Amino acid sequence: MSKPAHIAAMFDRIGGVNALPVVLMIIALPLIGSFSSWVTLTVAGLAMGMMIFLMASGLSLVFGLMDVLNFGHSAFISFGAFIAASVLAWLAAWVGADSLTLNFLALFAALGAATLFGLAAGWFFERVIIKPVYSDHLRQILITIGALIVSEQIILAVWGGSPIPVPRPALLEGSFVIGDVAIEVYRVFAFFLGLAVFIALTLVLNRTRIGLLIRAGVEDREMVEALGFRIDRLFIAVFMTGSALAAMGGAMWAGYQGLISGALGGEMMILVFIVVIIGGLGSIEGSLLGALLVGLLGNYVAFIFPKLALASNMILMMAILLWRPWGLRPAVGK
Amino acid sequence: MSDYVLRLDDVHTDIGDYQVLHGISFNVPQGGVHVLLGRNGAGKTTTLRTIMGLWRARSGAVVFKHHDITAMHTSDIARLGIAYVPENMGIFGGLTVQENMRLATATGGFDDGRLGHIFELFPAMEKFWDKPAWSLSGGQKQMLAISRAIIEKRELILIDEPTKGLAPSIIRAMIAAFEEISRDTTILLVEQNFLFASSLGRNVCVIDDGRIAHSGRMEELVADKDLQTRLLSLSLDAHQ
Amino acid sequence: MTDTALASAPSADPARKGRMIVYVVALLIGLALAFAPFLFQDVRSNQVAARICVFIVLAASYDLLIGYTGIVSFAHTMFFGLGAYGAAIALKSMGPGWDAVLAGGVAGVVLAAILAVLIGVLSLRVKAIFFAMVTLAAASVMMVLASQFSDFTGGEDGIVYSAPALFKPAMKLMTDDAGKVVKLFGVSMNGKIAAYYFVFLTCLVLFLALMRIVRSPLGTVLEAIRENEMRAEAIGYRVVAYRTSVFVIAAVIAALAGTVWAVWLKYTGPDTTFSFAIMIDILLMVVIGGMGTMVGAVIGVVLMSLAQFYLKDLMEAAAQATANIPLLPDLLDPDRWLLWLGLLFILLVYFFPAGIAGTLMKKGGH
Ligand SMILES: Nc1ncnc2c1ncn2[C@@H]1O[C@H](COP(=O)(O)OP(=O)(O)OP(=O)(O)O)[C@@H](O)[C@H]1O
Ligand SMILES: [Mg+2]
Repeated sequence: MSKPAHIAAMFDRIGGVNALPVVLMIIALPLIGSFSSWVTLTVAGLAMGMMIFLMASGLSLVFGLMDVLNFGHSAFISFGAFIAASVLAWLAAWVGADSLTLNFLALFAALGAATLFGLAAGWFFERVIIKPVYSDHLRQILITIGALIVSEQIILAVWGGSPIPVPRPALLEGSFVIGDVAIEVYRVFAFFLGLAVFIALTLVLNRTRIGLLIRAGVEDREMVEALGFRIDRLFIAVFMTGSALAAMGGAMWAGYQGLISGALGGEMMILVFIVVIIGGLGSIEGSLLGALLVGLLGNYVAFIFPKLALASNMILMMAILLWRPWGLRPAVGK
Repeated sequence: MSDYVLRLDDVHTDIGDYQVLHGISFNVPQGGVHVLLGRNGAGKTTTLRTIMGLWRARSGAVVFKHHDITAMHTSDIARLGIAYVPENMGIFGGLTVQENMRLATATGGFDDGRLGHIFELFPAMEKFWDKPAWSLSGGQKQMLAISRAIIEKRELILIDEPTKGLAPSIIRAMIAAFEEISRDTTILLVEQNFLFASSLGRNVCVIDDGRIAHSGRMEELVADKDLQTRLLSLSLDAHQ
Repeated sequence: MTDTALASAPSADPARKGRMIVYVVALLIGLALAFAPFLFQDVRSNQVAARICVFIVLAASYDLLIGYTGIVSFAHTMFFGLGAYGAAIALKSMGPGWDAVLAGGVAGVVLAAILAVLIGVLSLRVKAIFFAMVTLAAASVMMVLASQFSDFTGGEDGIVYSAPALFKPAMKLMTDDAGKVVKLFGVSMNGKIAAYYFVFLTCLVLFLALMRIVRSPLGTVLEAIRENEMRAEAIGYRVVAYRTSVFVIAAVIAALAGTVWAVWLKYTGPDTTFSFAIMIDILLMVVIGGMGTMVGAVIGVVLMSLAQFYLKDLMEAAAQATANIPLLPDLLDPDRWLLWLGLLFILLVYFFPAGIAGTLMKKGGH
């Protein structure tokens, strides 16, 4: 067996592209040197990855199902962040209270408000902005850019231009300390929330009839219609879910940052695009994989070469496009 | 009138800037296999897609039983009891054989009798039941596409060139299957393989350049070699 | 296909009239720009005129992409910035001379071309829609890099430098017998004039080059690809190769415009080159003016530039008038002018996707 083939076979045996995040973690350890820093960075990377996954999964599915690329997606992220910040500020008494229940309620209210807004805004966006320009990529991009401009301006008008602080519920403050390793509670929460959403999405996609229709629709819209299903109704459901998840991701991100400004949406959008391109448009697993890679790489590189954090993700994207033009795990048939 | 399952009346269809169908009219009576023949690019696929509502007729009418389906949504047309097996088979490669068939049922549940029957017709379906459909061979994919069309009772099945690239032995199996299916379901078949078409067809329409060039009973066309040559520029041996 | 249909339809006459209107307006704008220093004699107007010149080239080269090739790039300001930063860094480190402009400009242009090839080859071969995402990511990475490598680029503050001596206000182009600067029609023939005409003439040449390109056989191929990509591919055009080369041409022209802009402005920073706001401006200019027309870019740039001033004044007044109503003054704040422009833009893409020039040229002037 020749050497490259040998490596390829080994790569497949350890799990193929799915193992890439683990490979990245292992490579990073000696480069970082200190084990405790490595753990901190890895946890941060995984948490960040999961939050980006929340933001990216909807965009990817929406594209996969309808061939619609929504450049206004980041508006949901921003709105989610700002709404969560407002709700938390409004519930400041609960947020700071020394009661787990009140803390939880505040958190739940913030995430819930953001998610509900995402659902409603998603519905409005799909009906008013996207529907008239199905199947016309150029106008789609233009219209969604226009909607993005308007949304960002509304955020500026409502919340002002200066950064606003985001209070964090007391129960998510602080860290778990194990030996000399400290792990922030918020990051663990973010990770598990993202994981829960991933599992839920996977179950819906693989175990329910709606999921079956979505997977079929990603492959061949026309045939799904010829079998008697309304793809447009399916699509609006997916669009609303994707928008809601983006808003939820934005809300989580707001708490993670502690201080948010109007630039947040645009900054996250770049990462989200990189993630869906790396992962392959139209697949949830791909989005998760891409998001974890981007989160981990971003954190590691920020530690080793602080100036190259964003550029590193760009280079990762270029490399993956060279290696697999359709991304790591594209939906079948795309 | 009402004993026709499907009636096309002067249907014109454009694709983009191209006028593809220039007034197609034909009737499909209840039961049996009815065949659309024609050269490559004649407009056969376009006719089927227009019936399915996947292209829109610019003028003319498509009537299914007593429903005018010309402007109906594709999914509603399908729900009236029309199944479509497209030229590319329309298999969902990422789904298993089972999932592909499940999608074609109204409720998501199978009728055991029908399923058993399909397994008899196409044993490969049972064998690959839980395999992803992309792993099927071309012929097996075609069988899956047809199984999907008959997994529930339909009034009419539109099938676009099911024999494309199939081995003669499979074609023979397919003929048997179609004869069987057509006992309780009307089939509108687009076909290039004249042998296959002539051994099944009751009526035949020949489309040329988006118009009906001939329509009549299959026996007449089979008997009339000159007509065949003129309409289809084929002789029977060309396809052997 | 549509063209022939239109020509035989009764609407042919108004269409010709619309075309006339568009070209006459463009010509008037061109004349106004050619004599701008004489027509508008304050510093600010001069600045606006020069900006319009540069942005016409920028928008027209962007039209080559979006209008003629049907691909959406968000990296246009990146190339613009590369040209500008190339000249700026060279002028700063080598001193104000033409050698610096040349060296810096060439470096910026070459870098822009290399990046364009790379991005084009990587993302255009997959799916045109990737392209928009990849260029957006590339442009923002470049923006972050420019602000982080501040030793070179001056970071957020940018770089201030001097232009070549010819363009110094103290430079006397024409002197009278007493050695004083000659005034023609009340305008001093000093370095400022030279600088403006340097901008005007280079931009004119670049714009004419673009016009030439879209009227060349390449333009015809592009049209075929845009109309029906699959058919073009089937006929045998190498779609990816064509698209990539157009992307490179547009990038090079944008970088050249950047160099000119840097020389004129004597300052280069992220806000004047790389910023996403400028990218949005260009996009709006081209779409409002009319994609795929070239002259549309001229009209779009002028309209947007004027709107930037007048719409803001109008909103200022409206905000004051509604000061007592909640939220409304915030929405009418002059800083929110993009909100209204954004709405206008959405409506435009819905109802007049051809833009001003495109709509006039197709449907006539009424
Ligand atoms: N998507 C499309 N865009 C443009 N033209 C099309 C398209 N699909 C079909 N056509 C044109 O319509 C005409 C009829 O095509 P159609 O697919 O109906 O032919 P057909 O009879 O099914 O041929 P074949 O036997 O090769 O399948 C052809 O001339 C074809 O070029
Ligand atoms: Mg066909």
